[in-house]
Amino acid sequence: MVTIVYFAWVREAIGRDEEQVERPASDTTVADLIAMLAARGGGYAQGLGDATRLRAAIDQRFVPIDTVIGDAREVAIFPPVTGG
Amino acid sequence: MKRISIQTGDFDVASELAALEALGGGGVASFTGVVRGEGGLIALELEHYPAMTQAQVERIVEDAMARWPLLGVSVIHRFGRLEPGARIVFVGTASRHRTAALESCAFLIDWLKSHAPFWKKEHFADGATAWVEARAEDDAKAKGWSA
Repeated sequence: MVTIVYFAWVREAIGRDEEQVERPASDTTVADLIAMLAARGGGYAQGLGDATRLRAAIDQRFVPIDTVIGDAREVAIFPPVTGG
Repeated sequence: MKRISIQTGDFDVASELAALEALGGGGVASFTGVVRGEGGLIALELEHYPAMTQAQVERIVEDAMARWPLLGVSVIHRFGRLEPGARIVFVGTASRHRTAALESCAFLIDWLKSHAPFWKKEHFADGATAWVEARAEDDAKAKGWSA
């Protein structure tokens, strides 16, 4: 299993902040995972439908969205950060 | 000295500055970010990625310390619900050289804006809410430091 965590409006659209999903093939990218989740429809399609608006982290490190998930334990999906 | 705190509560700017001054470098620079109450805004709600934030801010601070001769760095970032006038973020740097103190302070706040896992949601008097959109110019400012 892989833990997926969501933040900000992605979290609100999906209606949860975290979930476990079946571990996909190791050559799956974050973008592939986003597309798989968006295909569930509803809030998933709303929050994850446009990958160009999304950023990601694997095991608490920012990564480009086309990064392979490999043996990641936690994948985070969120909008561009707005701290400071 | 390296102080990093991700917290809900307020902080005291004077005591943060005093700790940096006590390092004896002779130069201290700082930036304080405060919630603006414009356009009917009644509160900002800051969300972050608890498992990542501390380590990510540490990496940014390490970058600054590798790049400039600094005696001390303090970064405080609040999360939770903050009303207009509330302090959000503090960056303080101490060095023997004013240029190092000033430049590293600017670098740190630019990088926090575009590289720390925080998200801001605006709450307005009429009940409306809106997630703050990342600004391309903030990204460009952070990238400018890589040149």
